[in-house]
Amino acid sequence: MNDLAPALSVNHVTKTFDVSAPWLNRVIERRPKLFVEAVSDISFTVQKGTCFSIVGESGCGKSTVARLITGLYKTTSGDISFGAGTAGAPIRMQMIFQDPHSSLNPRWRVGDIIAEPIREMKLRDSEKETLERVRELLETVGLGADDALKYPHEFSGGQRQRISIARALASEPELLVCDEPTSALDVSVQAQILNLMRRLQDELGLTYLFISHDLSVVRHMSDHIAVMYLGRIVEQAAVEELFTAPKHPYSKLLLATIPDIANPKRRVEAQAGEPPSPLNPPSGCAFHPRCPIAMAECSQILPKLRQLDENGQVACHAVESS
Amino acid sequence: MTEQTTPSKMPSRLERFRDSDLWWSFKSHKSAVGAAIVLGLVILTAFMAPLLSPQNPYDLAALELWNAELPPIWMEGGQMPFLLGTDVQGRDILSGILYGTRISIIIGIASVAVSLFVGIGLGLMAGYYGGWIDNVLMRIGDVLLSIPIVLVAILVSSVAQQFLPPAFREAGVAAVLVLAIAMYSWVQYARVVRAQTMVERRKEYVMASRLVGTPARRLMINHILPNTLTPIFVAATLNFGLAILIEATLSFLGVGMPPNQPSLGTLIRVGNQYLFSGSWWIVLFPSVQLCILVVAVNMLGDWLRDALNPKLR
Repeated sequence: MNDLAPALSVNHVTKTFDVSAPWLNRVIERRPKLFVEAVSDISFTVQKGTCFSIVGESGCGKSTVARLITGLYKTTSGDISFGAGTAGAPIRMQMIFQDPHSSLNPRWRVGDIIAEPIREMKLRDSEKETLERVRELLETVGLGADDALKYPHEFSGGQRQRISIARALASEPELLVCDEPTSALDVSVQAQILNLMRRLQDELGLTYLFISHDLSVVRHMSDHIAVMYLGRIVEQAAVEELFTAPKHPYSKLLLATIPDIANPKRRVEAQAGEPPSPLNPPSGCAFHPRCPIAMAECSQILPKLRQLDENGQVACHAVESS
Repeated sequence: MTEQTTPSKMPSRLERFRDSDLWWSFKSHKSAVGAAIVLGLVILTAFMAPLLSPQNPYDLAALELWNAELPPIWMEGGQMPFLLGTDVQGRDILSGILYGTRISIIIGIASVAVSLFVGIGLGLMAGYYGGWIDNVLMRIGDVLLSIPIVLVAILVSSVAQQFLPPAFREAGVAAVLVLAIAMYSWVQYARVVRAQTMVERRKEYVMASRLVGTPARRLMINHILPNTLTPIFVAATLNFGLAILIEATLSFLGVGMPPNQPSLGTLIRVGNQYLFSGSWWIVLFPSVQLCILVVAVNMLGDWLRDALNPKLR
């Protein structure tokens, strides 16, 4: 496998949402229009055959990134480009969603749900071949062929997520965008789904863009990690690099919150403060109000994401000066 | 791969229905069963009117003036075959009721169908696209709801009478009534569908379908619409009763069905004029029939609303 070919590159992508009150309210109450910058100036590259993860707290813009990449949202600025797929055409991409209860239409049979991409994109010539492919996909994800006739409510959360994966695979993608695919599942089921995803990656040569807030899941899955805070990437590194030697104070904070089996009563230093509102982000480095090593310039100047070594980038004044 | 024998054979539609919560709830609900039986009888007799009724009330030649204002059969002066008596033109009340019920039911069903079609279509569009389309459609609906239905009906029917060629005027009355009622009641469906669509369209299954390139029209019809149908089903049942009542009101006021093609409302209007001359049966029996019909429909609708409401299960 050509490890150096990019499957996906994201260049300085920004997304702002208009969250203004309705027009009439604005006129009467004399309020200005209101915008939220959910994702600001994000750049990264995903190499073919690897798993790139984005981690961060709720509301930091992870899911927005996923939806920007899949095209469900339009970017405000910047561009997203895809590498060449097997046939020279742009790489095919699909998405696995977070909530297995709302990602399957409750009124559709599982077989129809999985067949939808095949029928919609006309990937098979006849109905017989389509059904054959559905059966094959169900078996690939560890379900039975006769499950095609059932409705989604007859399945557990983990099984539904398998159906979701089968549907995503139906369009024969090379890049899968996974938006917290395991966060709605029990821990034991999470492991099954993650192992299934790794197996599929090996068998089908998939590239993953994996979005999660669960660091242990990310460590299990990915090759490369980007840490997001309030719409920006604050650190980007190879997975072991980040887990063993995090540079950014926010990465350190995140790692410190992972429960430790060896030392379950370990005192976790509760970090002061909540993540700030993206409506009114702090000046300078967005993390400075909560940062233990904040300096004077942190509240003034926005730190740039700088290359540290061959596979690590960090955006922090303190790290640069040390 | 060869044919797989599925261990749990697909139950047929009927089997699945008889195993469903809805059927169980229906069976255990005495008033719903009663209402369904009554409604079934009313509808059956109405549509078998040509077989059951002793007289064709539309056939003016069959009316004999010496049969006028005969009382019901159990009263002194009552005659066979006029079980419920006759009106001033010698028309059999029972036949009039059966034929009139048929017209009322047809107009009720047709107006519900038309308003469902318009309401679902516009509601889906308003909810799915949002923005100015939503604003325009919903404000039109608000304006229509703010005009009293009787005015709308008079307006629609008088305009229609102006433009319809004379040959169609008689036949067009029912269509105009349907249109007038539908113009009023589509708004309710549109609002329900719009609200539900706005919820569904954000769900991930819609996004997943968008990702494989499903066009908006198919997204709306195949994905979103089936998930909005439950409240619509309830609203349609209750509105069927309402549509019959509105039709009766309009006919009673004289803007509905003409006396030579009477609906229940027309029968009540005609009979109303003879109430004080002692011929109470001309107005009473059509009114009772209207009452039975609407109460049965509403009881079914109420049961359906409770049965389909997940919070009351």
